[in-house]
Amino acid sequence: MSTEPPSGHHGSTTAALRRLGPYIAPHRLPLIGSGLAALVATLAGLAVPLWTRSIVDGPVAHGDLTTLPWLVLGVLAFGLAEAGLILLRRMLVARPSNRIEATMRADLFAHLQRLPVAFHDRWASGQLLSRATTDLTTIRWFVAFSGIFLVVNGVTLAVGIGVLLWLSPWLGLVVGVTAVPLTVLTLALERRYSREARRAQDQGGDLATVVEESALGIRVLKSLGRGRELTARFMAEARGLRGTELLKVRLLAALWAVLILLPEIAIAAILGVGAYGVAHGSLTLGTLVAAVSVLTYLYWPIASIGYLLAEASNAAAATTRYWEVRDVVPAIVDPAAPRSLLTPVRGELVLRDVHFTYPGGDREILRGVDLTVAPGETMALVGATGSGKTTLTALVPRLYDVTGGAVLLDGVDVRDVRLGDLRTAVATAFEDPVLISASVRENVALGVPDATGGSPAGPSTYTDEDVWGALRIASADGFVAALPWGLDTRIGEQGMSLSGGQRQRLALARAVLGRPPVLVLDDPLSALDVHTEAEVEGALRRVLGGVTALVVAHRPSTVQLADRVAMLQDGRITAVGDHSELLATDPAYRALVSSLDEVRT
Amino acid sequence: MSTGTDWRGVADEDEEADVVSTSAGLKLQQQARALVGDLVRPHRRAVFWAVVLLVAENAVMLAGPLLVAGAIDTGVPAALRGDLGPLAWAIGGYAATGIGAAVLRAAFLALSGRVGQDVLLEIRRRVFAHGQRLSLDFHESYTSGRLISRLTSDLDSLNDLLEKGLDGLLGAVLSLVGISVLLIWLDPVLAAIVLLGFVPLVFLTRWFQRRSRASYRLTRTTVARLIVHFVESMNGIRAVQAFRREKRSDQIMDGLSGAYRDANADAFVTVAWYVGFLRLVGNVTLAVVLLVGGLRVVGGDLQLGALTAFLLYLRRFYDPLDDLAQFFNAYQSAAAALEKISSVLDTPAGVPEPATPVALPVPVRGELAFEEVRFAYARATTREILPRFSLRVPAGQTVALVGATGAGKSTLAKLAARFYDPTEGAVRLDRVDLRDVADTDLRSALVMITQDAFLFSGSVADNVAMGRPSATREEIVAATGAVGARGFVEALPDGFDTDVRKRGGRLSAGQRQLVSLARVVLADPAVVLLDEATSSLDVPSERAVQAALETVLAGRTALIIAHRLSTVLIADRVLVMADGRVVQDGSPEQLLAGAGEFADLHAAWRASLA
Repeated sequence: MSTEPPSGHHGSTTAALRRLGPYIAPHRLPLIGSGLAALVATLAGLAVPLWTRSIVDGPVAHGDLTTLPWLVLGVLAFGLAEAGLILLRRMLVARPSNRIEATMRADLFAHLQRLPVAFHDRWASGQLLSRATTDLTTIRWFVAFSGIFLVVNGVTLAVGIGVLLWLSPWLGLVVGVTAVPLTVLTLALERRYSREARRAQDQGGDLATVVEESALGIRVLKSLGRGRELTARFMAEARGLRGTELLKVRLLAALWAVLILLPEIAIAAILGVGAYGVAHGSLTLGTLVAAVSVLTYLYWPIASIGYLLAEASNAAAATTRYWEVRDVVPAIVDPAAPRSLLTPVRGELVLRDVHFTYPGGDREILRGVDLTVAPGETMALVGATGSGKTTLTALVPRLYDVTGGAVLLDGVDVRDVRLGDLRTAVATAFEDPVLISASVRENVALGVPDATGGSPAGPSTYTDEDVWGALRIASADGFVAALPWGLDTRIGEQGMSLSGGQRQRLALARAVLGRPPVLVLDDPLSALDVHTEAEVEGALRRVLGGVTALVVAHRPSTVQLADRVAMLQDGRITAVGDHSELLATDPAYRALVSSLDEVRT
Repeated sequence: MSTGTDWRGVADEDEEADVVSTSAGLKLQQQARALVGDLVRPHRRAVFWAVVLLVAENAVMLAGPLLVAGAIDTGVPAALRGDLGPLAWAIGGYAATGIGAAVLRAAFLALSGRVGQDVLLEIRRRVFAHGQRLSLDFHESYTSGRLISRLTSDLDSLNDLLEKGLDGLLGAVLSLVGISVLLIWLDPVLAAIVLLGFVPLVFLTRWFQRRSRASYRLTRTTVARLIVHFVESMNGIRAVQAFRREKRSDQIMDGLSGAYRDANADAFVTVAWYVGFLRLVGNVTLAVVLLVGGLRVVGGDLQLGALTAFLLYLRRFYDPLDDLAQFFNAYQSAAAALEKISSVLDTPAGVPEPATPVALPVPVRGELAFEEVRFAYARATTREILPRFSLRVPAGQTVALVGATGAGKSTLAKLAARFYDPTEGAVRLDRVDLRDVADTDLRSALVMITQDAFLFSGSVADNVAMGRPSATREEIVAATGAVGARGFVEALPDGFDTDVRKRGGRLSAGQRQLVSLARVVLADPAVVLLDEATSSLDVPSERAVQAALETVLAGRTALIIAHRLSTVLIADRVLVMADGRVVQDGSPEQLLAGAGEFADLHAAWRASLA
């Protein structure tokens, strides 16, 4: 699995854009319809100069007023058709282009949610966010406009040149000759542009990362008064992006210059050749007027090609960036031939010679952990800060996979069980309880299993009673009841702010809500004050009674909830036993759990 | 539980209304317009030259059809008579206009592109820097996701405008004026017909402006919600996966992304009608001009070449209209974004910098005084967090704040750190009102750390150096050593140079707290405020930190909030708080000896020990 964010390499624009195929395919009819409408509109517009020629050469030149109105009506008809087709083209593209964007975003988001934590550890979140927003917007515009016009303008050009050839082969040839340097220069500039487009998007992602950190780390920045320093860093990145954007601007300016200059030269040449032809009688004046009109008409399609190619490059770079993430294969997935867990789960948790190294790391965090937690037993896990306790707890619900050995639940390797089954059986309370900006109910229920696949408004499997029950167990019912809208109160960043202790109790309620047979609690009491701790402890004791639990503990009080204690040191379990036994026999354990105060008093 | 919007729950004030009232809308537009003026002003000269270049380009381009007319009306007849002079002049002139137009256009694009990027850079700087200046109170209600969306998505649509818009809008105005003048000069009668066509265009444009503004405002609020959900899900990925929230979260994203999709599609449809009608007006005008022009040529009032030129100009005017509408559209989208951005910029910093700062004594002694302070959140005036109180902490004293959740400990510390200003009364450091102290002075005199030990991307050393960016490596290592964290840092793959990755994914909560304590040691402030700064440490680390604190805090004023009484016992003085009031005040020994809350707490804690 490649989890490392790639740094801007560049493939061909068309190859990159081809990967939009699967998303465009379901909407191909309206998109093709839109393209056809655009094409016909353009051709209707192109017909106008021809009509003009017949009017100028015919009735006007001959002073014949009878056919003039009919010809004018023809122009009007074409004009109406063109306006109607332009409306049609845009109407056809409005919904599909936005649907494509939304579908691509949904797929990206779903994919990201299923990529393992290891992936998220390594990718800066700003890079992910910029892919989900900025890049997809670029793609949407390309699908709705630039892509269609690239095709339409190409066809218009071909038809225009065809008309010129039909009017006069010589005039057509003149245009053909100028097209060669034009194409060469344009492609060369486009290639450089697409390299810069990619760079700009990557820099935009880095900028988004700094933005995210500035918002999420605001408390630290305020406390230390480091807003200015971070602003300086942000500005350095922003200046880098500006530099790239300026380069893009200059390349685009050069592209425009080429695309304006060469067609104008072509017109001048046609005037010369045409006038010569008229002087020698091989060309009518009307034909010359028509040829110049056609070329003038082609002015915009040609000039806009530079801009359209630039947009194509932007979209190609965005598509590449999009697929870089989508192409990462989720490493932690359901097994091909899943085994089912016992029903009901007994809850025997065995770690057998478990090794773990973080992806890309060279230091083994866990070096052969052997530990058995019997069904119904509560095992406390103690160890110094950074000894790997949290890492170990993450292996049980497969947030990471072991790099050696195995984690077994009721004798079944957790890698052989469906993720959904495993994570239903094992619930985790994290040390950093992350709240989302949503109601208390949503924050506690989080997944609402089984209310998922069906109708969006399907009933949840958890009633409010269940939620209150879990809150009661976590001693969180009191403060939740006191919130202005109870369970409906929005908490998290966009709502009521809660204290560390309150958040930790909600995390606990989350974990116990499903009545899971196995609980993994990472230091569940660290942020609680003494009173609350006593309450939660009491409640926990009741919960832990019937389930298997692995509890990371830093404090004697938490340790005392456990039946047995395992000591993690240097990546191995060095001692297992009950608290008083270890306290008596193991000096390292004593050093770890006896408090400062005991030493003092 | 449905995936409508009830998952979001109810909050005091909803962050932003989807539909803006007319008067509020006008105010927003004014703010946005003032912001644009302010941003563009420094670039007046460049904009002036850009306009000159554009005018020149347009003038050169407009000369084109005239030269074509000249070639046909004068050049060809002359050539037929054997005089090639006029024809050669016309063709040479035309080629020259081509070169001129190309050069002028490239110069214009480069110049306007630079102005655009400079404006963008400046607005990025302003929003970012202002975001850093705004009070915690603002951040807590505005939330990170929305601020992120202001600085990313909203700026993107501004970028779109600057990339395409300057050119389009200026070009449109110039074409309009230039071509009108030329048309009048060529033939006033035909020109009158064209100008008549402008009347419906004005109404059409008004309609478009109104409709699209509403749609784009909606896109800005919906995309912000989408970003909030995205960022929260990515930051909470462990919980998402462990609790099988993926599907539910997908559904929520579908809903949010769908609202954004619909708002955008509505905007698209509005543009579609606009552009369709623009073209209709243009084409009808063309037909009428052709009819009238043809009649006049036949009548001998108009030359054939003049009619040709007229039709060419008309075509040039209406041809880029489709794209001009696109630019106008980008403008509408950017205007909605600018409204959002300008309302952030117009939010006053809740704790403003003093206009005339008062210097703190050198060195800062560190005496903290709360004088008749009362505090209530501005947003919810109904509830008073801290009723009126006075408190003096002499320089060098270590004070522990104890009390149940919600007793007001953190608020008191935040007032001391000037994260908030008191509703009434004053907080003083060395007798100087905090409101009169420059932010840089305050932050170097006083540092607060919370349990939220956020790590920024970069190395461990970079993160410790946040305490004092000018610190040498030796000082960084020494500070880390002082809190007993040197051992674990050196054991990391690259020691102090180890990249903590995003949000320190590799460091445990305890390790992150050690890093943030090292920051304080490095910052070397006279006053230290610790809010649950050691909650995740194991006992030996905590013991090491406490030993370090006893040394580090010597000679400093300190306010410590800790749930663990072992931490409290190193204090010189303990304040027990309940319901926003200090209910007990004394040395730990005094309080232990008494029979108040603290003695009870201590007894409970003793009981919890092994």
